Amino acid sequence: MALASASPATGASVETPAHRDLVNEKLVLWHFLFSLTYLIIAMLAGLLFSLQLLQKYPFAGMEFWSPGRWRMIHTNGVAYGFIANAFLGALHWAVPRLTLRKVASNALSWFILVAWQVVVLGTVVGLLMGKAQAVEWGETPIFIDPLAIAGLILVAINFLVPILKSEGPMYVSLWYFISAFVWTILVYAMGNYLPQFFVGGAASGALIGLFIHDLVGLFVTPIGWGLMYYFVPIILKKPIWSHGLSLVGFWGLAFFYPLNGIHHFLYSPIPMFLQYGAIISTIAVELVVTTVIINFFATIRHRGDALRTSLPIRWFYIGMVFYFTTCLQCAMQVTLTFQKIIHFTDWVVGHAHLVMFGVFGFWIMGFMTHLFPRLLGATGWYRPSWNSWHFWLMGLGMIVMFFDLVFAGLVQGFMWRDLASWESTTLASGPFWLVRTLAGLGMVTGMMFFLANIAMTAVHKQTIAPTDEPAVGAPSLATA
Amino acid sequence: MFESKAGVVLIAGLFMFALAFVVMGLLPWLIYIDQPEQSMADLVADGVTPEFFDLAERFPEQFKQSFPDGPTREAFASALKRGRDIFIAEGCWHCHSEQVRPVSNEDLRFGPVSHAREYHNVLQRPVLFGTRRVGPDLFREAARHSNDWHVAHFYQPTLVAPTSVMPSYQWFYDEHDYPNRDGMSIITYVQWLGSWLPEYPYFQGEGPMGPTDRQKNAVALVHGEREGS
Repeated sequence: MALASASPATGASVETPAHRDLVNEKLVLWHFLFSLTYLIIAMLAGLLFSLQLLQKYPFAGMEFWSPGRWRMIHTNGVAYGFIANAFLGALHWAVPRLTLRKVASNALSWFILVAWQVVVLGTVVGLLMGKAQAVEWGETPIFIDPLAIAGLILVAINFLVPILKSEGPMYVSLWYFISAFVWTILVYAMGNYLPQFFVGGAASGALIGLFIHDLVGLFVTPIGWGLMYYFVPIILKKPIWSHGLSLVGFWGLAFFYPLNGIHHFLYSPIPMFLQYGAIISTIAVELVVTTVIINFFATIRHRGDALRTSLPIRWFYIGMVFYFTTCLQCAMQVTLTFQKIIHFTDWVVGHAHLVMFGVFGFWIMGFMTHLFPRLLGATGWYRPSWNSWHFWLMGLGMIVMFFDLVFAGLVQGFMWRDLASWESTTLASGPFWLVRTLAGLGMVTGMMFFLANIAMTAVHKQTIAPTDEPAVGAPSLATA
Repeated sequence: MFESKAGVVLIAGLFMFALAFVVMGLLPWLIYIDQPEQSMADLVADGVTPEFFDLAERFPEQFKQSFPDGPTREAFASALKRGRDIFIAEGCWHCHSEQVRPVSNEDLRFGPVSHAREYHNVLQRPVLFGTRRVGPDLFREAARHSNDWHVAHFYQPTLVAPTSVMPSYQWFYDEHDYPNRDGMSIITYVQWLGSWLPEYPYFQGEGPMGPTDRQKNAVALVHGEREGS
């Protein structure tokens, strides 16, 4: 009954259903496998594009290997292939366990699984065919958009039914999930339709900024936070430090985060008073994010040993450190003083990698490291040491890439301001781009350890001895 | 209310989203709503860029195949549209901005600072401000380089810019390595960016140029005082 302590949603009089009746583990597994497939494709696409910056592109002059198209596969693959699939898988685990109710329909879940892969594959094919839409992070071709929106509505129905049926006060994760389901549909529809079909010019820039930001802030962030608020107490076997703070974070996110849109186009022809508003709101968001960071570090306080014994906690921890870094960076870079220099440079690229991969990607690695053996029917990992390689290669690669790109951005920004010739700024960027490729290579290698470990765990699941890692999925409902 | 599920859906999910949409999206939309959006016909009303004529003279056979009617306004409009579509499809806009900011000496490097009115046309749906400059800004690119330069540059950028990290776009060329319809369209589009400015061409060779009749027309166009309309 340990779940009851982590889930106030449990009605006292209700008999707790068995885990196997709640969670469709096969579905979680499939979502995770698709997620990792797209991640490795997206990472290789990024690596490929980085070779172009070194003038070493292996497929030069071939239309379907056009680096610009593969760059879009890199970003869209991460957003809609990797993160969306990982979240869907984790939600299929967390929501039924939090609400003690099954999702609306198991058949619908399987349909969504297939339909979403059609969306992602259709996007990849569409981008390769040159059907991109000029909305950053929303390059999904316009013929994919209705399908994606229909898929998102089905996802919302599938998860909102058990959440709305559940009784008693809701745990904060469910607050985040509910609003994220509503937001994601609205954000996707707004960003993919309004700027192209209803409004053009500078105003469409404002809407694109709003879309870029809301996709991170109203889709990735609330689901990521909700899952952290679920998995951290479960793995540490202690409640979060402050429920009140988690709700301050929720309302702060809901109010301030979407008001940031225009900060992507500062010093643009969008009216200046709106740019000022977006800047102030962005700085407020950093305070909101701090609630999550404080709650995490206060929860893990006195349990530092978990960093040694639990790899998932280690992923969460480094993700939180990155989160603090990236948000502190954001509060600075959003000011007009910084924008003069760093806008249009690799500084922003470094920031984007840190927040999308270093924070949310690493948390997802934590969820996956926690759940995979259980999903595969094993008692532990085939080689826990390979997971350490995965962690260290990815972590070091991320740190190197981040600092490399931030410094590259400063060099580029100051050289541009000082009117150095464009050729010399490209030459000056060369060494930074080389380091970035090497860091990316390190991360891809790390992922290979993870994928190999998953495959070997699946093959050798009968012979793996239980490890020191905390029992996966504990506190388990399987025996309830 | 705040503690209930309906509260989360209505207040956080719908109301907060709507509030941000009004402030961050609808407000700029309303501010510019009175500015008419230029159609393709408006954009080519002042005639065809010299660079488009130049392509027709330089590659007569290939041009005839791509634009059978010759360098007419209609052909120019179709080239601009196609060029813009290629600019999006190949992800050019991920490495080249179309926005000159009033800071960081960008006006000295690229030319006049962007004005909101320059974006109110059908080719800026969605707007192509850009967020990253691996290559330089292109909003003042018109006539900065010759067509010859662009033909070589799109085929293999390092031929004319040895340090360039731009990809080679050899599928913009036919089997004899002359630009095909795509190649001429993207060159026409890039050579058009900024050609509406009073200062056009802002750079040619070493320094700025004096105004011509076409530029005076462009002044009128940008300031909404076109004669005879």
